[in-house]
Amino acid sequence: MSPLPLALSPESVRASSHIGITIQTGLREIWAHKFRSLLTMLGIILGVSSLVAMSALVAGMEKGAKEALIAIGGLEKVRIEAQDVPIEQRHLSDEAVGITLSDVRALAQSAPLVTQLSPEMRLWATLSANGRTFRPWNCVGVWPVAIQMNEHVIEYGRMFNEIDEEQARSVCVIGTATRDELWGAPEKVGREINPVGETVFINGVPFMVIGMFQHYESEQERKARQYAQAHAAEQKTGMTRNRGWGNGGRRGGNFVFYLKNATVYLPINTVWMKFRSGATRAAISSNNGLAVGATGDPRLSGLDLRIASIEVLPESLQQVRNVLMSTHKCIEDFTFRTQEDWAEQIHTFVRNARLSGGIIAGISLLVGGIGIMNIMLASISERVREIGIRKSVGAGTVDIFVQILVESLVIAVLGGLAGLVTSFGLISMIGSFSPTDNAPIVTLGSLATAFAASVAIGILAGIFPAVKASRLNPIQALRYE
Amino acid sequence: MALVELRNVSKIYRLGEEEIRALDDVSLDIEVGEFISIIGPSGSGKSTLMHILGCLDSPTHGTIRLDGIMIEKATSRQLAAIRNRKIGFVFQFFNLLPKLNVLQNVELPMIYSGVSGKERRERAMAALTQVDLANRARHRPSQLSGGQQQRVAIARALVNNPRIVFADEPTGNLDSHTGDAILRLFRKLSEEGRTIVLVTHDPEIAAVTPRRIEIRDGKIAVKVDPALAGLPRETSARAVSEA
Repeated sequence: MSPLPLALSPESVRASSHIGITIQTGLREIWAHKFRSLLTMLGIILGVSSLVAMSALVAGMEKGAKEALIAIGGLEKVRIEAQDVPIEQRHLSDEAVGITLSDVRALAQSAPLVTQLSPEMRLWATLSANGRTFRPWNCVGVWPVAIQMNEHVIEYGRMFNEIDEEQARSVCVIGTATRDELWGAPEKVGREINPVGETVFINGVPFMVIGMFQHYESEQERKARQYAQAHAAEQKTGMTRNRGWGNGGRRGGNFVFYLKNATVYLPINTVWMKFRSGATRAAISSNNGLAVGATGDPRLSGLDLRIASIEVLPESLQQVRNVLMSTHKCIEDFTFRTQEDWAEQIHTFVRNARLSGGIIAGISLLVGGIGIMNIMLASISERVREIGIRKSVGAGTVDIFVQILVESLVIAVLGGLAGLVTSFGLISMIGSFSPTDNAPIVTLGSLATAFAASVAIGILAGIFPAVKASRLNPIQALRYE
Repeated sequence: MALVELRNVSKIYRLGEEEIRALDDVSLDIEVGEFISIIGPSGSGKSTLMHILGCLDSPTHGTIRLDGIMIEKATSRQLAAIRNRKIGFVFQFFNLLPKLNVLQNVELPMIYSGVSGKERRERAMAALTQVDLANRARHRPSQLSGGQQQRVAIARALVNNPRIVFADEPTGNLDSHTGDAILRLFRKLSEEGRTIVLVTHDPEIAAVTPRRIEIRDGKIAVKVDPALAGLPRETSARAVSEA
């Protein structure tokens, strides 16, 4: 009774040496049924490309939202605003001091987690110059530090400094929206106008423009503008006509960037000196109608502060609250506004969009997988005899299993690769009939994920037919007609 | 020691209550280099015997030793390896893969034994030369005549240099002239030292082989039909028609 010689089961050698031929056989099988294979692959192609496209669109939206978040100052920025005195302290509302410059000084002294403080005194202003008027969204008296706080960059001229502030000079720094409205946008007048040195009347008081911010725009807007510039030569022929109420295409795009462009900064002291009566209408509307608080200090419409880092946000807020409660005589007439909610919303939105889009794309991949399984089952029932022949010449269960699995995998891999190529077309197609502000971003990760999903689907879809084929009895398979 | 030793082999199929003994306590030795035919009417169990000898099926009872290996204890993977290395099959319907060309068909068993590409081609060509079909290596099976296809099948059976070749009605699908050519090829191979088992229902074909075994109702007939005892052809044909 000699045992089975080792030479009879060198499975490892066999598996590695004929995997190439197995793949070749799979390709030949696919080639032999070109149309059928193409239809089968179509399921995977659509699944993979919709997975990639979905992920690219969501990534684009996420990037746009994050850009906007950074443009308004990032997560470390916290705004303190006036708030109605809570109901249980209503009887103390006459005593409420409001947010004042003394709060700023107190915070600078006593809140070490706050790295930057920027008081704001808002002015409801009408600007006029050059025979035109404009009501900017945000005309505020600020300290020079506001430029860092709100991530502004000066394009022309300079920001006002402590001396301008101290002497309450009539100077202002404007954003491009104001320039565009009063002197004309570069797109319209054909050249970039530098408004530095011009005089602008703010609520009738002459101010000198000493600086202008750069034009803020999202990535998408910048590309659109550059495209428009490149194609500026293609002038429209025929009569010129006003095509409606829009004002030149600048306004579209991301609202956050428009608001940022519609900013006018004045020294806070100037606002207090020149517009005392109208300066703090925001504070008036929400409080007891006085421009000054109970201490006689000028009221602010808001106070921006930047904390050391986002990790210590709760501690910082507590610190600020402690200081303010002391300066406000424990009357809680202020509230915090953080960007956390916004960041959270972006996060939630992106997660939900990914999940729902992923599920839909996953279902189409699954359908593709079912298609593969279906065609593999049809294929093995056509090839019962072939399987019988292969078994009779020495193919083992494993060999047949691998052969069918590889065929299924080859379909899925080819479909997956074609799907990756198709996804770029799909993205530009979606972009053409539903243009978004945010260009889709195809990430390497999403390509890899989609391809891996198609490979996994190919394997899963192949397992059942492969098991079925490998279990065929060779005698019956050989008799099969 | 004999190449094949069959001891008290039974194969029992169950159809509900009924028990069908396709093989009933068969014992048989086949020596190296023998040219032997297994003969019997259809339903006699000769195909079952061939399947068990050829490791395509396993017996219900009894032991088989092929080239010293205990077959009835082998796993299906080991049986596949034994079919691959030790056994060659030739079938009535040729059983070539229509999508592969002649050379690839002959290479098939070597793919499952892990022979490298270059050696595979060389050995396949050598086997095709043996059956006189080297010039048809690139043809598809459908482009060949029945006799040529059967020769390709024989080349495929020989290519892994098996210890034993089973031929199941190898001439059953051919005209008598081509069939004779195939039988001559088998005889030539036998003279070269191959062990060949011919399974047939046709006593004329069985007459080619020096040794004949008759299967009747699942048993080896004790007394070989005189018609099969190597008598001249006319006689044997008459004997069968009388029976």
